Amino acid sequence: MLAAIGVMTAIAVVVGVVLGWSAIRLKVEGNPLAEKIDAILPQTQCGQCGYPGCKPYAAAIAAGDADINQCPPGGEDGVKKLAELLGVEVKPLDETHGTPKPKSVAVIDEQTCIGCTLCIQACPVDAIVGAAKQMHTIVAAECTGCELCLPPCPVDCISMIPVACDLPHWKWKPPVFTLKLVA
Amino acid sequence: METYFLILISTVFVNNIVMAKILGLCPFMGVSKKLEAAIGMGLATTFVLTLASGASYLVNEYLLGTELFYLRTLSFIVVIAGIVQFTEMFIHKSSPVLYQVLGIYLPLITTNCAVLGIPLLNVQEQHDFVESLFFGAGGAIGFTLVLILFAGIRERLETCDVPAPFKGTSIAMVTAGLMSLAFMGFAGLVK
Repeated sequence: MLAAIGVMTAIAVVVGVVLGWSAIRLKVEGNPLAEKIDAILPQTQCGQCGYPGCKPYAAAIAAGDADINQCPPGGEDGVKKLAELLGVEVKPLDETHGTPKPKSVAVIDEQTCIGCTLCIQACPVDAIVGAAKQMHTIVAAECTGCELCLPPCPVDCISMIPVACDLPHWKWKPPVFTLKLVA
Repeated sequence: METYFLILISTVFVNNIVMAKILGLCPFMGVSKKLEAAIGMGLATTFVLTLASGASYLVNEYLLGTELFYLRTLSFIVVIAGIVQFTEMFIHKSSPVLYQVLGIYLPLITTNCAVLGIPLLNVQEQHDFVESLFFGAGGAIGFTLVLILFAGIRERLETCDVPAPFKGTSIAMVTAGLMSLAFMGFAGLVK
């Protein structure tokens, strides 16, 4: 009986010491707050916030360099979630960074495309496939609708098509409470 | 030397932990959808299993002995859980991408019955320390081998015209059964 307790205690102590030591030794340097913020951001990598992507923006928010209302694709909902995470006041979206639009994907008009590869270089998520002087096309599942491919296109063959509300995209509408003014 | 080689061949092909002993089916079905994840899972399990069979041999030989045999399962589980925790920290540090790919399956190695099964089989077959290590490594390599083979087959099955009632897990189960039958062909190669 005593031997059994002793053995289990010994195993527990050894495992505990090794794990404790490795927890210090193998500590991952990273900013857990920035990662949490990054998880809330919509990952469109559109750069409308003024940073080169969602991760840099998340790092800037975590460092206190950027405000939480600079992300139009995230919309009011995203601002609310960020405010909740960071414990700050909700504020309206900053209009200078753009306005929220319905979620859409880019579509290339393949008749007009001249195969210049400019949009491929602009795409932050590698959603466009094609080669020089070959027709390009967009992988709809990868497209985040960031519109970064629109300006470089020399023949304006890319258009934004809003995502239709079909079965895979349907979501419950958020509940709406109407506030009554009392006296 | 020959013994070790025979142990390796026997555990990888003849008495394959998944195909012949039917252990470790949870990750076998769960992590075999993508080849990349299967390779990562196989490597992580190999690491854990080799360490675990060595460590549990030491625990069994020098701490438990013959009179405390009833603590075997309990103490092995504690040791394995510790090693899995260590592996998780190690992978998080050394390869964040692999860490993300493995996700929930990494801590689940703790409950992989192959990882507990091999140390217990080691005790049953009275292996010494080096034999235990080879038995653990061989079992894990066998596990990795069938996991990778199975993931390859499943990736191909994705593009096949499978009849609707068989789609998804059911055809995977049928495939696993056929693979097990194929591995039966190794029986008798080594004792």
